[in-house]
Amino acid sequence: MIEVKGINKSFKENGSYRQVLYDINAKFYDGKTNLIIGQSGSGKTVLVKNIVGLFKPDDGQILYDGRDITVMDRKQLKELRKEIGMLFQGSALFDSETVLGNVIFPLKMFSKMSHEEQRERAQFCIDRVNLTGSENKFPSELSGGMQKRAAIARAIALNPKYLFCDEPNSGLDPKTSIVIDELLSDITHEFGITTIINTHDMNSVMGIGENIVFINKGHVGWIGNKDEVYSVDNDDLNNFVYATDLFRDVRKYRRQHGYTPTRQQ
Amino acid sequence: MAFFNSLNRFGDYCMFLWRCFSIPEKWKEFFKRYLDEISKLGIDSIPLILIVSLFIGSLCTILIKLNISNPLLPRYSVGLTTREIILLEFSSSILCLILSGKIGSNIASEIGTMRVTEQIDALDIMGINSANYLVMPKITGLITIMPFMVVICMATSLFGGWLICILTGIVSPDTYIYGIQTQFTEWYVWFALIKSLFFAFIISSISSFYGYSVEGGSIEVGKASTDAVVMSNIMILVADVILTKLMLQ
Repeated sequence: MIEVKGINKSFKENGSYRQVLYDINAKFYDGKTNLIIGQSGSGKTVLVKNIVGLFKPDDGQILYDGRDITVMDRKQLKELRKEIGMLFQGSALFDSETVLGNVIFPLKMFSKMSHEEQRERAQFCIDRVNLTGSENKFPSELSGGMQKRAAIARAIALNPKYLFCDEPNSGLDPKTSIVIDELLSDITHEFGITTIINTHDMNSVMGIGENIVFINKGHVGWIGNKDEVYSVDNDDLNNFVYATDLFRDVRKYRRQHGYTPTRQQ
Repeated sequence: MAFFNSLNRFGDYCMFLWRCFSIPEKWKEFFKRYLDEISKLGIDSIPLILIVSLFIGSLCTILIKLNISNPLLPRYSVGLTTREIILLEFSSSILCLILSGKIGSNIASEIGTMRVTEQIDALDIMGINSANYLVMPKITGLITIMPFMVVICMATSLFGGWLICILTGIVSPDTYIYGIQTQFTEWYVWFALIKSLFFAFIISSISSFYGYSVEGGSIEVGKASTDAVVMSNIMILVADVILTKLMLQ
């Protein structure tokens, strides 16, 4: 479990400080898809970057199963990062490497496996994300969805305890987004990973949001799950969730019929 | 204010170098990348070096012949002067100024693109020292290959001078050969090789720093690439003056 306690973060801009996060408190659970949602510019990416240690918070604690990342020295941080996988918004695959090269890379750097074992593990991850047959393709030869899947395969190669995903559905069509969501959800449950997904895609929220943290203007606006989203009495959250006609219709339908339409393949 | 900004930037550069020069995560991976960089930065630059050196050697010979047509000067002075110019300045300083355009922009744009596409963040998240992993093979690779490129440049330039003598007959080839052998100072070759090591470090480290510290998108990557070449050129010239003063006087 990852626990965030009293995080504040500000940035220096033109000689003065601009606070982006205010007293953030949240818990992200093992084996669950934890979503951080909020409008663009609300501070959710800054929060994720604080949690993974790319930014250092002004104060507060970030506990990875009790280990505070904010006070770790470089060596401890390096050890912890071997337990972290991350899926970036733009996939961040290495252009000069094939899919296999990308997936095998963390294994080459950190595992003590033999070359054959590394290949087997990489192949397992590639198969797991349904990219069999694309091992020797370069990122530029893959579609957006395939790049995301390759990035997921690389992120899970070292069997991470914690998986971070920054806008995993950005730039993808709705059907591919669902495939990525379900893949992330399946992997989370299969391997018992603490998965944190930073998104503003409401389809993801309604589909896989087992634990949702809503960030509004740098504050925690609401914490709950996908079932509670429909009934919560929170104007900021409702304005965000029901910004589109589609979701307003979903809410109306639910209120009339007493249940939520589910995704169908 | 500009002074403090420059000082701040220099501090960032020093911190960046400190991160670069740490023990590699995996030596095997480092050597693989080191050899790749030697090939990419050095071997791939040889055609450019051959073309530029051949023409500059020829031009030097023609211009020297035109400008020192004096009956009091021996005819072999064309070869001798061409050799001195090539050994002292062209093969190291001018070659590195030219290479900084090719290699410097290549390094800055490659690392800059990796930065803006979050590939460097991906390395950091994995617990890899990205500065060390990406930059140290480039710096060590270029420092290793640069002296060889300087030797190739020297040989090709002198060959260019000899070729122009044959093609145009401005000086007889034998006189030219006699000239480039006369009063030969071995130290000048060492001087050029030593200078090239410093210039290789300047090109690779400054270009890497500019690429590594890019923030933004493709426009910023392009700007960083240009700034890297400009700054490398300035620092090469500054270092040239200092090294010449220290080693030749």
